[in-house]
Amino acid sequence: MSGDAQRKTMNINMGPQHPATHGVLRVELELDGETVVKATPHIGYLHTGIEKTAESKLYYKAIPVTDRMDYLAPMSNNLGYCLAVEKLIGIEVPEKVKFARVLLTELTRIMSHLVWIGTHAIDIGAMSMLLYAFREREYIIDLYEACAGQRMMTTYFRIGGLAYDLPKDFDQKVNRILKRIPEGMRDYVRLLNDNKIFRKRTIGVGYISAEDAINYGFTGPCLRGSGVNYDVRKATPYSGYEKFDFEVPLGKNGDVYDRYLVRLEEMRQSLRIAKQALDGMPEGPYRAHVPGVVLPPKEDVLSKMESLIFHFKIITEGFKPPVGGVYQAIEAPKGELGFYISSDGTNKPHRMRVRPPSFVNLSALPKLIEGGLVADVIACIGSIDIVLGEVDR
Amino acid sequence: MEEKLRDFFETNYKEALIREDNFRDQQSFYIKREYLFDICRALLNNSEFEFKFLSEITSIDWLGRPEESNGRFEVIYVLFSLKHKYRFLIKVPLPGDNPVVDSLTPLWHTADWLEREVWDLMGIEFTGHPNLVKILTPDDLEGHPLRKDFPLTYEIPQFSHNKEEPPEVIL
Amino acid sequence: MGIEEKIPDSIILTTLDKMVNWGRKRSMWPFGFGLACCAIEMMSTFGPKYDLARFGMEVMRPSPRQADLMIVAGRVSRKMAPIIKRLYEQMPNPKWVISMGACASCGGVFNNYAIVQGVDRIIPVDVYVPGCPPRPEQLINGILKLYEKVEKDSLRKKAEGK
Repeated sequence: MSGDAQRKTMNINMGPQHPATHGVLRVELELDGETVVKATPHIGYLHTGIEKTAESKLYYKAIPVTDRMDYLAPMSNNLGYCLAVEKLIGIEVPEKVKFARVLLTELTRIMSHLVWIGTHAIDIGAMSMLLYAFREREYIIDLYEACAGQRMMTTYFRIGGLAYDLPKDFDQKVNRILKRIPEGMRDYVRLLNDNKIFRKRTIGVGYISAEDAINYGFTGPCLRGSGVNYDVRKATPYSGYEKFDFEVPLGKNGDVYDRYLVRLEEMRQSLRIAKQALDGMPEGPYRAHVPGVVLPPKEDVLSKMESLIFHFKIITEGFKPPVGGVYQAIEAPKGELGFYISSDGTNKPHRMRVRPPSFVNLSALPKLIEGGLVADVIACIGSIDIVLGEVDR
Repeated sequence: MEEKLRDFFETNYKEALIREDNFRDQQSFYIKREYLFDICRALLNNSEFEFKFLSEITSIDWLGRPEESNGRFEVIYVLFSLKHKYRFLIKVPLPGDNPVVDSLTPLWHTADWLEREVWDLMGIEFTGHPNLVKILTPDDLEGHPLRKDFPLTYEIPQFSHNKEEPPEVIL
Repeated sequence: MGIEEKIPDSIILTTLDKMVNWGRKRSMWPFGFGLACCAIEMMSTFGPKYDLARFGMEVMRPSPRQADLMIVAGRVSRKMAPIIKRLYEQMPNPKWVISMGACASCGGVFNNYAIVQGVDRIIPVDVYVPGCPPRPEQLINGILKLYEKVEKDSLRKKAEGK
């Protein structure tokens, strides 16, 4: 053997097209054997220019564009945008709208976590979990279709209320979901919680401490898995969340297994909130009555004259909010989703900025995987729960 | 908490404060760009406030509006305190011909990618950032897309009467 | 690649055509190129309610060298366009392309500086499936239309057209 043989590192590219990166994410890994020495994520392969597109549309025409960012939880994005614009104008929505929004947002959270658990488990090796998770998801999609007519990109929340009234078989469908999801969750717990292979691949992997998590800007289940109690629904409540009774699950060690347990418990708490919202749903109008800003209901438009005139004016010219900027944060399934909307007095938003939780969480990926093995990279990417549509916008 | 922050700014940094704003119950302070790093470090290390969480860094372009007289660009920082559950904004106006401001990467790691995105899409430079390169737009795109003088590049849809070449209309 | 290159001149094939087309269409392996929201509907189509394995698409191959049908599901940004062209060139013949969704067919909701207005500006497309996102039944309809197109293929024409 020659005396000056050196160990060199090898550069490997986990390219944009990869079955386990949940979309088009490129990670450049520098390996020394099987240990990761340095990792650099490259993003931008799905950049769509959503913020620039929203600046060229009227306020209510920009709602379908916000649907397509975090496409696994479309109603959360709508909720954030509508709350921000309602705060900017300064209007209050009726009680029924608040309860309906809370109910549908919690079911959206369950839907997003179901896709997460299906794809995370299939990356680690449990292939049947994907089929089980998508079986449960079809019930919630059925409810979306009854409410809004669309399976995924519903655009159901509008400025000042809902798009249409709740359908007649709403109670039946929600009760069926509340009965079916806990049965499905029993299957997941039996398959994964005490599974030796799953535990070996996830316990002790991807550790981050509480101090580091706050400094890196983590939010959502990633932060709560390290033990920090920050949930936007409890810290700065919105849309009537202070009336509901639920707990926020926390983890102890900040590894992949704890984040998995936190998300499973969050699904159970969401079912609890949904049941409270369904039992206490009040009667009332499904849109606020603010002439000049909020579109009047269709039955009035077809029968009364002032409603027809307001409808025409709002659709063609829009409304003009006061000059200023607001920041509204909500608790999306991935973390803290924030909308900063700045208005300059015209009928189009001057600047719509989205604070994407997956973007900020992904920037800490090098910290989680450096020093670990190559196989742990897949488990870590799955546990951060990224959606590339939101990272790249 | 509003009062305490107002006293903090008026006693320690009176020359940095341009004005205070309270639009829709959201407290925000306009400060001069030279004092940004000191103020943020003081807020981070202050044991009474504990503003350890930087939520967001974003930017606005006021080209063509009356607010342009204060400065064409504006950088906005959103800070949150976990102890008091209180959120407020810091806004820094910048001139159009020299949009440079200090980077907050030594204090918070969150600022790394957020500042890179502001540089890529709006063109505001941050001194002291370790790696200020493009992050979202392709490498061959020149210019900064979110500025108001960058066109949307809207293409007219093709029908049977204009299907020979796709004309591009810059909107 | 394939049978087309081995046919000697001045021979007309009829039953062999039918058999080869039947074999090719009933055992296509998709290369699911899921980019954005349409990818989730594509995953639902492979799921338990709308089962795609009964059409012969048993596995979804992640490597382009082992697949014949490329389903472009989602919006194609300008940074991703050269990569799609490279992946298409890596697939062996015979290959087909389905463009799923409005964004892949014509740019969809987004008409701006960052999105290629239709993937057919980069690669040739056989079937377009509209929708935002298209329902699983619509995608299955698109696949059945592709079957009709494959049935009409003739080996003689393909060998000459090369």
